[in-house]
Amino acid sequence: MQTLAEKLVSRASGKADLSPGDIVICKVDLAMIHDSGGPRRVKPVLERLGCNVWDSSKVVVVTDHYVPAENPESQAIQTLTKQWVVDQEIAHFYDEQGICHVVLPERGHLAPGMFCVGGDSHSPTGGAFGAYMFGIGATEMAGVLATGEIWLKVPETILIRWHNHLGPMVTAKDMMLATCRRIGMGGGRYQAIQYAGEAIADLSMQDRMTMSNMAAELGGQAGLIAPDEKTLAYIRDAGGQVPDDWQDYRIETAGSDGEVIDFDAVTLAPQIAAPHSPANADDAAVFSKTDFHIAYIGACTGAKYVDLAAAARVLKGRRIASGITLKVAPASLKDQQRAEADGIMKILEEAGAEFLGNACGICAGYGEDRLAEDQVCLSSTARNFKGRMGAASSKVYLASPYTVAASAVTGQLTDPRLVVEG
Amino acid sequence: MGRLWRFEDTIDTDVLAPGFYMKAPLAELASHCLEALRPEFASQVRQGDILLAGPNMGVGSSREQAAEVLKYLGIEALIAPGFAGIFYRNAINLGLPVFTIGNEAFNHPALYDGAQVSLNFDDARLTIDETGLSLSLDPLPEFLQVLINDGGLVPHLEKRFSAQQQE
Repeated sequence: MQTLAEKLVSRASGKADLSPGDIVICKVDLAMIHDSGGPRRVKPVLERLGCNVWDSSKVVVVTDHYVPAENPESQAIQTLTKQWVVDQEIAHFYDEQGICHVVLPERGHLAPGMFCVGGDSHSPTGGAFGAYMFGIGATEMAGVLATGEIWLKVPETILIRWHNHLGPMVTAKDMMLATCRRIGMGGGRYQAIQYAGEAIADLSMQDRMTMSNMAAELGGQAGLIAPDEKTLAYIRDAGGQVPDDWQDYRIETAGSDGEVIDFDAVTLAPQIAAPHSPANADDAAVFSKTDFHIAYIGACTGAKYVDLAAAARVLKGRRIASGITLKVAPASLKDQQRAEADGIMKILEEAGAEFLGNACGICAGYGEDRLAEDQVCLSSTARNFKGRMGAASSKVYLASPYTVAASAVTGQLTDPRLVVEG
Repeated sequence: MGRLWRFEDTIDTDVLAPGFYMKAPLAELASHCLEALRPEFASQVRQGDILLAGPNMGVGSSREQAAEVLKYLGIEALIAPGFAGIFYRNAINLGLPVFTIGNEAFNHPALYDGAQVSLNFDDARLTIDETGLSLSLDPLPEFLQVLINDGGLVPHLEKRFSAQQQE
């Protein structure tokens, strides 16, 4: 029986009969690029090859890394990006609307069955919609933009099953940190990871995006979730189109050669990952009494609407501890506006949060707010590599928005269940 | 023939191409390559040197500059017990050869930091100059060997496009 990954690759390559390890050429349905790895990097290559974008209706450009443009270099990158979009007649350009991985589905670009590439390592996020989506570098992206094709080694599937249901204050982020802890950052072996089980079915689409997003941290190529009614409702709501054959992609198997890893959601405690790897995760309680300076709720992984809502649930009627700075960078403008309408932004503000733009911000170490020497940060983002978010001596702990918010209230790393009663 | 730079642990894309310098020209970005681990690396590495690193090399971001700075600094090939997928693809696309090495060979005492080594691409063998000891690496799949031999993805596509025009 074909796996979901094989089904998707089979459709894109036009080869019905394929096995893991085969190298095939796939036709790309959608290519997403951002201002850092996008136009400024692909333009010279396309010029050298003497060609334009193969299909401007299938390219999505998002500015999210060098925004807001704080200096002349960043401004130059934005100018180049905008001009390239005009020159190439790109149909879909989202300028300062939020982080690409969140903007892409919220504008209805993803659907089950698609084969997509993104110029960013967190591109597996798209797998939450039953699409095969993975990240590539700029030269490879230029090759895709020139030809509409890309080579792929047919992946094995690692099926990660989450049985039962999550307890209160435990989230998709905790599930992923626990998975990083269990299988390690290379455990994905650049294969297709697929998530299944009751706890996955329970998750909202944005929480499922967190699961798929962090397939990158497992070293997987893709992070797939089979589509269900929730997927369809999200896509319709976003103005996208549900393909007639979507049921063909309701496949949950590791195939005959794949690996199956089982977790029990009901016993999972909130997790914290210590510096400098997401795989350094353990139960949040293990880190109690640990001091930190900056609480950060940001990035495609940790500042979507559901993440802001989670933080607000903890922070409602509470204030952050003295000595703690809470910075919030809502992942998209739409999510921020929805959170404003719901009163969530007001709760965060009254608790003492400072707000940053709808961009990658500190997570990528790009903005002026990056961490200073010896600063310790507790972050809802995906990665805590040495120096990633700022100075080489800074330290980053990773956790869910609940845990970041609860810890901001107590001033030390804290299991959120100690702050909020279920 | 070149110096072997050995990194015991995994090296990620953020230490190869730090985010803060990503908007800078390649030469400046390259001058900060690996500085969080080995501040002397960027100034002392020479053309033809070989980089040997721990498992899952290049984990992290899709930023191609992580591989590009190594090529810019003169690194001739990368060897590791395993590579992160995007980084592996990026290196090949840039025409920078990547070889996987078995765990036993990786831990061989002859492969110490600073050893003088020679790499034979066609045979996928690494020779330690001092002793003549030769270790075998995993050969690249043929499809990727073609890309490397063409000099990377862009020259490969140039060749393909010009062949199409002649047809």
